[in-house]
Amino acid sequence: MSYAVETRDLSRVFAGKKKRRFRRPKENEEHLGPVTALDGVSIQIREGELFGMLGPNGAGKTTLIKILATLLLPTSGQAFVAGHDVAKDPFPIRQRINMVSGGETSGYGLLTARENVWMFSQFYGVPSKVSKGRIDELMHTFGLWDKRDAKVRMLSTGQRQKMNMIRGFVTDPDILFLDEPTLGLDVNAARVIREYVMNWVRTQGGKTVLLTSHYMAEADQMCDRIAIIDNGKILACDTPENLKRMIRTETTFRLEVDSIRDTTSFTAMAGVKNFSHKDDISKNRSFLTFILEDEGPVAEILSTITSQGKKVHSLQKSEPTLEDVFISMVGRGFE
Amino acid sequence: MSAGTVRRTDLRYRIALNLRAVVGRSYPRIIGANREPSWIFFEGLLPLLGIAAYVFIYQSFGARALEAAAGDPAAQAAIKANTNALVASVVLGGTMVAFWLNVLWSMASQLYWEKEIGNLQLYMMAPMNRMALLGGMAVGGMFMTSVRAVSTLVAGIVVFGVVFQVADPLMLLAVFFVALTALYGLGMMFASLYLLWGREAWNLSALMEEPIFFSSGFYFPVGGLFRVPGWGPVVAILGSFVPATFGLDALRQLTLSRTAFGGQLWIFDVKTELYILVFMAVLFLILARYSLRYLELLAKREGKLTSRHQ
Repeated sequence: MSYAVETRDLSRVFAGKKKRRFRRPKENEEHLGPVTALDGVSIQIREGELFGMLGPNGAGKTTLIKILATLLLPTSGQAFVAGHDVAKDPFPIRQRINMVSGGETSGYGLLTARENVWMFSQFYGVPSKVSKGRIDELMHTFGLWDKRDAKVRMLSTGQRQKMNMIRGFVTDPDILFLDEPTLGLDVNAARVIREYVMNWVRTQGGKTVLLTSHYMAEADQMCDRIAIIDNGKILACDTPENLKRMIRTETTFRLEVDSIRDTTSFTAMAGVKNFSHKDDISKNRSFLTFILEDEGPVAEILSTITSQGKKVHSLQKSEPTLEDVFISMVGRGFE
Repeated sequence: MSAGTVRRTDLRYRIALNLRAVVGRSYPRIIGANREPSWIFFEGLLPLLGIAAYVFIYQSFGARALEAAAGDPAAQAAIKANTNALVASVVLGGTMVAFWLNVLWSMASQLYWEKEIGNLQLYMMAPMNRMALLGGMAVGGMFMTSVRAVSTLVAGIVVFGVVFQVADPLMLLAVFFVALTALYGLGMMFASLYLLWGREAWNLSALMEEPIFFSSGFYFPVGGLFRVPGWGPVVAILGSFVPATFGLDALRQLTLSRTAFGGQLWIFDVKTELYILVFMAVLFLILARYSLRYLELLAKREGKLTSRHQ
């Protein structure tokens, strides 16, 4: 079976900072050795699939996308896009792909939104007439029509990201890489983008999207399958439902308590498979998520908290989310 | 891959793709020139002040020489002709300065800038040839700078009353465009080096500003350096690696006549200089192509096509 994207034992190591001959190294600088961004990643993404890559910052998501977009060479292993090797045969790949990243500042501030997108379409050889027709259609779809002739430097972050999305679609790619496309966007702008991407994959036939995100709900809502990545390694890869089913035998409890510092006792507690801990300093509260083998340890957890003189504000047993899957596998949350 | 759009790869398609890419990349520069009218002040009027300094020095020398040659009409005519030739050399040099600065700061350092603002990865991910990208930058830069250079030239003629005598306009055009091609070819070659050196290459641009103004003879006929014993010829030869040197020398010969300055301050005749410029243009374009290909590979290996924060 041929895949839209396939990687085999893909690794990427970034060299550490070189020592400067004539400059005294700054504090900690000598410790910056090689960084393994990807470590033996093997995935297969089918044609027509909306595939998610979920992981915290620094997990290796962007590195993987850059290798697949022919911008970076792997240190070892192989990556194929549309059946072509990214290292040996980039031209046919480049004809078929496009990429949009969150927080992108590409383009020229002097040009209008329309001109900017047109310019990028020329690098893919899209005839001007075709390009302008697509741009107008996409500007309407993304709600950017009113700003079509506004200079890029006058656009808000959300409008600019919509323009970037239009740039991604205007070349009619077969495979689209979306690297945190809704990063920093308001709810409405993010919704417009999510809906368009999902609709595009469902209706166009044969179009593939690789989406990276650290927004759990976004990946859960959009993706057919999700790979969970951390420290450059794929920890699990399945449909969102199956991933959640993996820990359904376990029980998830969420607690909101007075700010708690010492959580070491939870680690050793029998029946606690994993837990994560977030603080909200402004409210002086801590949010604890426990993945438990069963409900047995709940009483002990509560007594441990109250014995520290802390108040429990809420206790909630919940259905597992993708974040719970991640916590269950890694032993910490995304934040 | 079975589904998806069938993509063409034939030669005709590739030519169309790269021509579109050239047009696309030149567009912001051509349009940008009109959208930022502040250039009239910063790049049209301010450079005239630099030119004026040289012009006034040459004119004061000429006035003193005229006083000394009072009563000798033949000598006075020769002094006036030489003063006009010197002032015209400065105006022509000032015009070419615009191109050299454009090559340094808008060609050589452009890929580094593109990387910083996040465009470079989008360029490198596109199927166009990288030379089409640089070609678009060069075409746009030439257009934008030509507008500015012509305005400097016209202002120079009007303000300083310079008289040009163009005997062979076709040759003049040929020398001008070949010199520009060689100059932008050099810029394209530097662009790939800057891609790898990044911010450190900034110093190189600064280094290549004033010293090149001098060694290429932007404000005086460079042949004069050969008459300076010792270091003069060395500086002139080093300066000759920049196409602007031969380009300016040939342009001055074509606009002032070969007999200006008694025919003593030219390097070679115009035809020889044109051949050298053609050779430089071809050489720099070929070197640009290969260095860009090599350095792109190196940058992909070292992860330097994208900024750290992207």
